[in-house]
Amino acid sequence: MTLLAITVLGHDRPGIIAGTTGVLAELGLNIEDSTMTLLRGHFAMMLITDGDADPVTVEMALSGLTADGSLSVAVREIPAERGSARGTAYLLSVHGGDRPGIVSRVVAEVARVGGNITDLTTRLAGELYVLIAEVDLPATADPVALESSLNDVAVDLGVGVTLRALESDDL
Amino acid sequence: MTRLPDEVCDGRVLDVVRAPDRVLSRPGTAVDPAAPEIVQLAADLVATMRVSPGCVGLAAAQVGVSVRVFCVDVSAHPKTRGHHGTFVLCNAEIVSASRNEKAREGCLSVPDLTGDVKRASRLVVRGQEPGTGAEVVIEAEAFEARALQHELDHCDGLLFLDRVSGAHALHARQTYL
Repeated sequence: MTLLAITVLGHDRPGIIAGTTGVLAELGLNIEDSTMTLLRGHFAMMLITDGDADPVTVEMALSGLTADGSLSVAVREIPAERGSARGTAYLLSVHGGDRPGIVSRVVAEVARVGGNITDLTTRLAGELYVLIAEVDLPATADPVALESSLNDVAVDLGVGVTLRALESDDL
Repeated sequence: MTRLPDEVCDGRVLDVVRAPDRVLSRPGTAVDPAAPEIVQLAADLVATMRVSPGCVGLAAAQVGVSVRVFCVDVSAHPKTRGHHGTFVLCNAEIVSASRNEKAREGCLSVPDLTGDVKRASRLVVRGQEPGTGAEVVIEAEAFEARALQHELDHCDGLLFLDRVSGAHALHARQTYL
């Protein structure tokens, strides 16, 4: 079986997901993890499929979606991943006035202590810039020290930052 | 509750501050609930809340004043179960909180985004009434409890953006054409 990474990007309209997943189903591909969203009004979809089709066949089969030029599709084969070791999960929130460099400066602090970002969303709403990230910190990282260094960066950027343990309730 | 602040003095409709204004991220200072300017502020908050469509609460930080005062009125909201009508609290604090529930919430000061936030659905809050300074204890549940915690967060310089439950819990607000 072959794992494929498929991305679909472009002008949003009703039916993109139906069209894409219909083709994949006809090819006998099983959709595993996927994420689909709108980024400033553009449709963006990434999915991992498992099945027998090769990337060229899948791209050909999806060519109907890209024919009018409003969508672009990319398909490539990827290896299976076993998943990296998880540390302790934290939620990082940053918000403030939009300016260049917020994401890079903030995530550099996370990377410096060996933190792994497992999920990240940014939204620009008018002048307001918001970054929400889920961060796995290794046992060697000190979350209090990280919050302190993040605060220093935040002051410099003129934004606010909070880092808190990501709670999950076992019910 | 005795009398509402806007029955004591006329409330003025103030401009609502929007993020990224940094006043929204500053913890508010404690106030003297009997001070004339706080009584006026309480009336202003109620007046501003009343003219803002769908608004069920407003904190002083949202009108640019970094103090621990807010108003709440969920009585007209469709999600409301029990409620205490319109009230203003100064220097309020949570006494007890339980039964967390996640729901999507928005804020007048963050008009283009919403977020999924877990909040206690049973809440006891203690604060002071503007004017008399009398201690008030509110036992709130469900939507009123959520509104109170949202306003208490404003008093601590926190927005719902600081409380969203995950990276995919932040949403662009739906706009209806």
